[in-house]
Amino acid sequence: MMAKLSLRGVRKRFGDVDVCNGIDLDVADGEMVCLIGASGSGKSTLLRCMNLLEPIDDGSIWLDGSDISEPGLDAQPVRQKIGIVFQSYNLFPHMTAAENVMLAPRRVHGHTRDALRPKITALFERFGLGDRMDHYPDQLSGGQQQRVAIIRALAMAPEIMLFDEITSALDPELVGEVLDVLRDLRQQGMTMVLATHEMGFARELADKVCFLDAGRILEQGPPAKLFTAPREARTKAFLSRVL
Amino acid sequence: MSETSHKPSAVAHAATAPTRRELYEAGVRKRSNRVALLSTLAVLGAIVVLVPLAPGWESVQRAFFNGRVFAATFPGLLEAFVLNVAIFAWSAPLIAIVGLAIALCRDTRSPALFPLRLFGIAYTDVFRGLPVVLVIYIIGFGIPGLGLPRPWNSPYIWGTLALVLVYSAYVAEVLRSGIDSIHQSQRSAAASLGLSERDTMRYVVLPQAIRNVVPANMNLFIALQKDVALLSFIGPVEIFRQAGVYKSLYANFTPYVGAALIFLALTIPATRYADYLMNKQNRARR
Repeated sequence: MMAKLSLRGVRKRFGDVDVCNGIDLDVADGEMVCLIGASGSGKSTLLRCMNLLEPIDDGSIWLDGSDISEPGLDAQPVRQKIGIVFQSYNLFPHMTAAENVMLAPRRVHGHTRDALRPKITALFERFGLGDRMDHYPDQLSGGQQQRVAIIRALAMAPEIMLFDEITSALDPELVGEVLDVLRDLRQQGMTMVLATHEMGFARELADKVCFLDAGRILEQGPPAKLFTAPREARTKAFLSRVL
Repeated sequence: MSETSHKPSAVAHAATAPTRRELYEAGVRKRSNRVALLSTLAVLGAIVVLVPLAPGWESVQRAFFNGRVFAATFPGLLEAFVLNVAIFAWSAPLIAIVGLAIALCRDTRSPALFPLRLFGIAYTDVFRGLPVVLVIYIIGFGIPGLGLPRPWNSPYIWGTLALVLVYSAYVAEVLRSGIDSIHQSQRSAAASLGLSERDTMRYVVLPQAIRNVVPANMNLFIALQKDVALLSFIGPVEIFRQAGVYKSLYANFTPYVGAALIFLALTIPATRYADYLMNKQNRARR
């Protein structure tokens, strides 16, 4: 079966540092892949490369069998298919939650506010934010802002969702509400790639866990295997520190 | 931009007796208020006593602070000031529009638009590098000198153009700094949603940038209100020119003081308001 998203030998270098140093990864349709590893191991950069926010230096990225990493390719249509949610939410502070969510569908797909309203109201209600649609980001808690950011990405009906440590900036008691959203998406069969420090969550829900170290995927496998019987010494060392 | 500022409630302890620290701080506050009041009174007293002792005080008083001349010329000055306000009122929106256009020119990245970028850079360099009065002279006397028919030889048109040229260069620079102040992550978020660069600028970056530079632009527009008086050099009888006419008529400088008071009545509240906005913004950022 052809993978939904494939990375082959992806390299990304910032100055003298090889942030991604030859990454191979396959994400099947409907699969949830978790990237784990220490800070600076290249998880975030890898996600940013996947939806072309960072151009890769070498290697290739394939979406549904077509090469999306070709230099000079228009990134816009690709980004519409691959949504991303950031650690720091990155909501637009001058717009209400609803306006944040509607901006891209309005401008990119040409929908009107009136046509979008019922659809996004359903999304807000599904994620417990039905009464927060017309609030500004600074009137919302971190967990609420992050859920709005997820809704904003979902409103473009992406085929793949990327999550870049989306709970790392949240107070511990707010992490649960955001993880619930991911559980919900998982049940709907959304294809997802997460960079995460939530090991318990990765263990519970991931189809595949990848351990990144110094810009390489050192080890990957189903969570049951990787968490209980890691092959590599570095994976063992990392897991013993975080578990 | 947060509308909800959370002020620490000072009345939390109102019901209970003041703490040691509150008593101490109240004492310090009282003492510094007293010192400030005393030193201000001392300085004012010195001015009131010493200035009239100057040998030329009586003639200065007659020439600059003449109550009779003031009363006779003030209404006329006020009337002339309406023209200043009118020139300001039609220049300001033009300056905002041209300033925005120039700022966007300077921000273009596409190679095909490089000439625009070059134009934006040259424009801001030239017009920020020239004295306003020089631009007013060159344009205000130069263009009508081409022998244009009425109304195209009007000093109002060309004087306004001179103000717009100079001030839009400053407004463009302020706006550009506002655009630069928007964090890259906002552009990333917009790009990740598939928005075009144009839409990212228009819906995400510019609205935030413009809001951030409102106080800085307020200061520019206060300066503009004063510089409208420079148009008097090419003809329009606005308040400064009118004061000059009265000065010759009464052989007395008091009309200039009257004009100064009228300017201050407008610019001081505006300056205070700009400062207030600036402080509010600084607090919101913290």
